[in-house]
Amino acid sequence: MKYFPLVWSALWRKKPRTIFTMLSIVVAFLLFGMLQAVAQSMTQSVQISGADRLFTAGKFSFTEILPLGYYARIKSTPGVQLASHASWFGGVYQNERNFFGQFAVDHETYLDVYTDLIVSEEARRAWARNKTGALVGSGLAKKFGWKVGDRIPIQAAIWPKRDGRNDWEFDVVGLIDGQDEASQAQADVLLFRFDYFDEARQFGQGYVGWYLEKIADPAQAATIAAAIDRQFANSPKETRTDSEKAFNQAFMKQMGDIQLIVRSILGAVFFTLLFLTGNTMMQSVRERIPELAVLKTIGFSDPSVLALVLAESLLLCLIAALAGLGAASIMMPGLAAKMPGLEMGAEVWLMGLGLAAVLAAIVGFLPAWRAMRLDIVNALSAH
Amino acid sequence: MLQQVLAVTLMNLRAVPQRLGASMVIVIGIAGVVGVMVALLSMAKGFQATLNSTGRPDRVIVLRGGANDELSSVLFREQATIIKQAPGVRQGIDGRPLALAEVYILAGLPRKGQTDPANVVLRGTEPHVLEVRSETKLVEGRMFRPGVYEVVVGRGARDQFAGMELGGKLPLRDGDWTIVGFFESGGDVHESELWTDAETLMQAAKRGAPTSVTAQLESEQDFDRFKDALTTDPRLNAGVQKEPDYYSSRSKALNGLINGLGYTVAVIMAIGALFGALNTMYAAVSTRTVEIATLRAIGFGGAPVVVSVMIEAMLLSLAGGVLGAAIAYVVFNGYSVSTLNFQTFSQVAFAFQVTPDLLRQGVTWALLIGAIGGFFPALKAARLPVVEALRGSA
Repeated sequence: MKYFPLVWSALWRKKPRTIFTMLSIVVAFLLFGMLQAVAQSMTQSVQISGADRLFTAGKFSFTEILPLGYYARIKSTPGVQLASHASWFGGVYQNERNFFGQFAVDHETYLDVYTDLIVSEEARRAWARNKTGALVGSGLAKKFGWKVGDRIPIQAAIWPKRDGRNDWEFDVVGLIDGQDEASQAQADVLLFRFDYFDEARQFGQGYVGWYLEKIADPAQAATIAAAIDRQFANSPKETRTDSEKAFNQAFMKQMGDIQLIVRSILGAVFFTLLFLTGNTMMQSVRERIPELAVLKTIGFSDPSVLALVLAESLLLCLIAALAGLGAASIMMPGLAAKMPGLEMGAEVWLMGLGLAAVLAAIVGFLPAWRAMRLDIVNALSAH
Repeated sequence: MLQQVLAVTLMNLRAVPQRLGASMVIVIGIAGVVGVMVALLSMAKGFQATLNSTGRPDRVIVLRGGANDELSSVLFREQATIIKQAPGVRQGIDGRPLALAEVYILAGLPRKGQTDPANVVLRGTEPHVLEVRSETKLVEGRMFRPGVYEVVVGRGARDQFAGMELGGKLPLRDGDWTIVGFFESGGDVHESELWTDAETLMQAAKRGAPTSVTAQLESEQDFDRFKDALTTDPRLNAGVQKEPDYYSSRSKALNGLINGLGYTVAVIMAIGALFGALNTMYAAVSTRTVEIATLRAIGFGGAPVVVSVMIEAMLLSLAGGVLGAAIAYVVFNGYSVSTLNFQTFSQVAFAFQVTPDLLRQGVTWALLIGAIGGFFPALKAARLPVVEALRGSA
């Protein structure tokens, strides 16, 4: 630590150069922070989904609907602790841009399967009493200004009511909170009662979107899933059961090429940067050959000269990376308005700083090596 | 004056090989920026082209009123029949209306090299679909037959999904379906789809009602007549849209994302490269302090020095820009990708299009970065106090 002033003054030996180099690294890490946050928000739901939950959907597509008659048979499958079901409503609140998930669920079991959704006892009781009641995510309530007791109108896009009209209304009976801020995005949905849905819709009675099963032992997931599917094999509506995590992962993989593209952009950015910064470091060492020779003359060992140059490169990259990631995190709230759930987690910071260290080692190594191998007599006499 | 500029510029350029490392920073830095920018914008361009070529203004799509897309729409059979016979629909040679009652469902098929299923559109249509969507043609094999589990596959889907060969079997609904042909439709979104017979598919999928009706109008002017007839019919609750309006509204979000990503990243990278260029040119100027001061001492003006430094920066940038654009062209032109359109829950395939316009745009950006990156160091060079610069030569 006592050499810090030495490293620090070496870093700022040529101010404009250091500043420009730093700024280009800052830009790279700004991009890294933003793109990585986007990539992470895409996989976030995967982390939240529990390994002890199974998901049963139609064999050929998760958009197939399944008979309600399967419910009893799924519940009694050995290994299944608790089962529930949900249906995608897909309605529009005011405007298609206000998109959020709306599900018609079995209100007696759904919250027990999704224990990560936090709903007060009072709200649960109110929901049980009120057939047209709905629970809404607290984030949605804040966004749209809903309060308990409000009646919210939703236009059906898929399911008209019995009279053919699209106007559905739900009474807000309670709020849903996530376990923490990161999982609030998962809790920002509207849940309403399946019994009301099934009675009021024009067609599709007796069918649900998918089944959910809570299992006692996650290690048995594959066996239980196979047992569920076997019951419905060769029936008109065959099923495909998987852990919820696997299902979500498969869904996220569908973004496929976009994620690949994000990764290649970052690759290209850092390759370019490597070149740029590496060159600056080389130049800076070249200019300082006499100074380094002096350091060696007054007793600095070869390894400590190596360490000094590496430390300088590390300092340069870390300062710039911190500034870049900081700038990205400042821009996050603005971006999150366009892409809900977008957040730069601690993981992105750690990855960024790790990357900065790797970058520093790569660009610093060659000059540091050169400085270490410096021959004092030649270096001093050359100037 | 011009002679001076020429002389100084040539001198600078002859010295470039001596500063090869530093000069390469500009070339490679800018090649990286231009390469990424052209690649991203060509992706946006390719997606846009797929959208723009989908649908024709004289064709309409009718969904249930309130439904946002085909996936959420349900029409009853008798409604579909009424819609097909509405005024304004063109008649085919056999006297039947050029209209299709279609059913749109999703199937899960693994993409090439993967095992998890991705959503692909399975469209049940009618055997005379090629008459209505006249831009479509079979390129291989034959049309599907009603009553048998047969599909024809769009070119985009063929390239993206696994097991796409004539005679191949796909598990779509109620067992395996045989691929009997491949079709092409000018690179539009339908090329990401699988087509089969609507009645056969409805039976296989246990579905009693079609999704939508697509109809060819007599002409674009008949749209209002057609729409009025449907919206005033009490037996219907119809949402009528011209095809281009419908298809572009279904891709708005993805289009915004791809474009936003492209431009944001390109601008931020350009700023990064600008700092690199500034750095290099400042270094180039400072290693030549003595040279420049000598020139000034023997009577060269400030302007030739400024211009020559800028020309050097711009030439290096130009080299980088051309290199980056060339790499983007070679690697990405025609590169086809597929991603999930989250508005329709289904995969859409499209190809990158590196157009001459994008290449020009890339090179222009390169020159701009070079000009700005060269200007400030050039100014510094021209303002060097001659005496001090000569004295400080050690």
